[in-house]
Amino acid sequence: MESNKSRREFVKQSSLIAGGLFATKFAGANFFSGADDVIKIALVGCGGRGTGAITQALSTKQNLKLVAMADAFRDRLDDCYKALTSGDESANVKGKVDVPEDRKFTGFDGYLKAIALADVVILATPPGFRPIHFEEAIKQNKHVFMEKPVATDPAGIQKVLAAAAIAKQKKLNVVVGLQRHYQNSYKELYKRKDMIGDITSAQAWWNNDGVWVKKRQPNMTEMEYQMRNWYYFNWLCGDHITEQHIHNIDVVNWFKGGYPVKAQGMGGREVRKGKDYGEIFDHHYVEFEYADGSILNSQCRHQPKTMSRVDELLVGTKGKIQAGAANIIDHKGKVLYQFDKKTENNAYQTEHDELFAAIAKGEYKFADAENGAHSTMTSILGRMATYSGQIIAWDKAINSGISLQPKVYDWKAAPPVVPDDHGLYAVATPGVTKYTFA
Amino acid sequence: MLLITILTNAQTDTLFKAYTQAVPATNVQFKMVPIPAGTFLMGSPDGDKNAEKDELPQRSFSISAFWMGAYEVTHDEFNLFFQDETFAENSKVDAVTRPTPQYIDLSWGMGTEGGYPANSMQQFTALMYCHWLYKKTGIFFRLPTEAEWEYACRAGTNTTYYFGDNANDLPGHAWYKNNSKSVYHKVGSLKPNPWGLYDILGNVAEWTLDQYDEGYFTKLTAGAADPVLAPTATHPKTVRGGSFEDEAKDLRAANRKSWEASWNQRDPQIPKSRWWLTDASFVGFRVVRPLKQPSAGEAEAFFKLHLRQ
Repeated sequence: MESNKSRREFVKQSSLIAGGLFATKFAGANFFSGADDVIKIALVGCGGRGTGAITQALSTKQNLKLVAMADAFRDRLDDCYKALTSGDESANVKGKVDVPEDRKFTGFDGYLKAIALADVVILATPPGFRPIHFEEAIKQNKHVFMEKPVATDPAGIQKVLAAAAIAKQKKLNVVVGLQRHYQNSYKELYKRKDMIGDITSAQAWWNNDGVWVKKRQPNMTEMEYQMRNWYYFNWLCGDHITEQHIHNIDVVNWFKGGYPVKAQGMGGREVRKGKDYGEIFDHHYVEFEYADGSILNSQCRHQPKTMSRVDELLVGTKGKIQAGAANIIDHKGKVLYQFDKKTENNAYQTEHDELFAAIAKGEYKFADAENGAHSTMTSILGRMATYSGQIIAWDKAINSGISLQPKVYDWKAAPPVVPDDHGLYAVATPGVTKYTFA
Repeated sequence: MLLITILTNAQTDTLFKAYTQAVPATNVQFKMVPIPAGTFLMGSPDGDKNAEKDELPQRSFSISAFWMGAYEVTHDEFNLFFQDETFAENSKVDAVTRPTPQYIDLSWGMGTEGGYPANSMQQFTALMYCHWLYKKTGIFFRLPTEAEWEYACRAGTNTTYYFGDNANDLPGHAWYKNNSKSVYHKVGSLKPNPWGLYDILGNVAEWTLDQYDEGYFTKLTAGAADPVLAPTATHPKTVRGGSFEDEAKDLRAANRKSWEASWNQRDPQIPKSRWWLTDASFVGFRVVRPLKQPSAGEAEAFFKLHLRQ
């Protein structure tokens, strides 16, 4: 694409590629702002992370406006709107928030309407919804920033991969919130990865206390309860190996330049038990094996008062890359390269700076969705290994068609998992839980 | 052992001298030293080339007596509160409530057991610890005001540092940029100030009670007793003393530092955590106990005012 082409033309052209109603209806109309070059954003998912992401987007140097918001819950949307217009962090963004009542959408289908009103869409709901939201955004010819992980099950991964391919054809920029790819220390280490020779093994950690819990309230339907306490339900969250530890697994995939071919591991729930914690494990330990036989030892744990570490280590024939220390050492411990931590950036901001600069210039630069899907799949592979206690092959798992999603998204519908008479949810049991790959 | 500690504590309650404060039903205790009432010159003198605008003009204030923690609050102490499951986590309605879990380790591997200073917390969290400690012990603890902090730090001296003006003497007294190796150290490893306060300069910077205001000295009347800038907003509040990351000039007794938004830069959520700081591993606190204890009603009113968000 020619660099002098304006952003408006670019957006218009993107719309025209798809042809049809959308382009006819909106192209060329100064639909909301009246200003020629303002880039319109819709936020889908207005929780803490969504509010953070839109704040970062609106803090970039580009001429942007938030024009629509969608969330399953009205109270979450309202909290977000309040934070953006009058909260502690609102100073630089409130002038760019233009979301009257008729552009605030709630419920399970609010995203459809919000996406239609924007040039760029930020997807920050719980990850179970990401595949259908991403698919819709690409269908509607929107550039996308979406949070990690990008799915919770293999069927969702396939949906994201299919939409990612279409996004490429349409030249729609897609950035995924695996922000280490936009972090100076990781980028500098990556540039120098050949200093350690061939990577023969790796370790990855996300060991810490765990995250928030939302208690069940009277009058909540089961669906509402799970949507509120989403971290503990796999159809929404994917377990913490997927929701959180993906960051570390993804770094190893990135440096290895590929994805594992199989995995086996162990896990369970030892400390975080009981009815407030749904069905997820509190620890996983997985051996991921890459095509060249090298192993990633991955561990993640949500247990308070235990050793805490969030980090990655890559071991090569000539040395090691220590991501947390941001350095490269030889096998005797001699430091071969040390990143200067004073030059570290805020990668959460940088990913938005770069995305919106590209969109404003009419450039097609970012296609993160495919890696986002494959790294998410890696974490799902790990979960399937720890849940079953079996060796799980990548090819079989990714093509298994396994879906954890409910048949119907409705407040009164039954979610895919429901509690027993004691309020407890079935938890995977290694050796008993099985995946049958047709 | 525990019983004896409690009895000893009870006996010392009426005497204004150094004592060891036990936390009931635990084996954790910490040392409190007396800070006598007095008058002092706060801020930097005119013509001090290192003085920043917010340290001027120097003012005389009088300070009532209080005890101050001889050491910065350690992780060992703080974790009793952090992990006290008798209080709800992150409640918006309960008077005392526990912090949310940290998503990543905010001690950043610098050490959490055996006397390392608690760190990376918001002022709100430090004050909530005081409120918790009050519930546990029945004794009113709080953060020092800026004036109390500087008075205690100076310990009757009026030089740049409590040991004189020469920054070359800092390494024996304080962990700062030149000797810290970019990490905090176990509290009390270096020399104390004349009133028995360890690490009052350096190691972790210490939260005070005051709203940060660049014009502190113009807002307060010379000669005022126990001055404090009451809270008007959650941010910014003031930290004092400098830290293991700071240079010698930032460890001057008069130096004042404001909370900054960048201290939570990498917190990906908004609102940012009201408990934690993702990018300020150098922030901690120590507690004070006013000699004249407030009534129960006054104490609760204090916490209500200062923990309001």
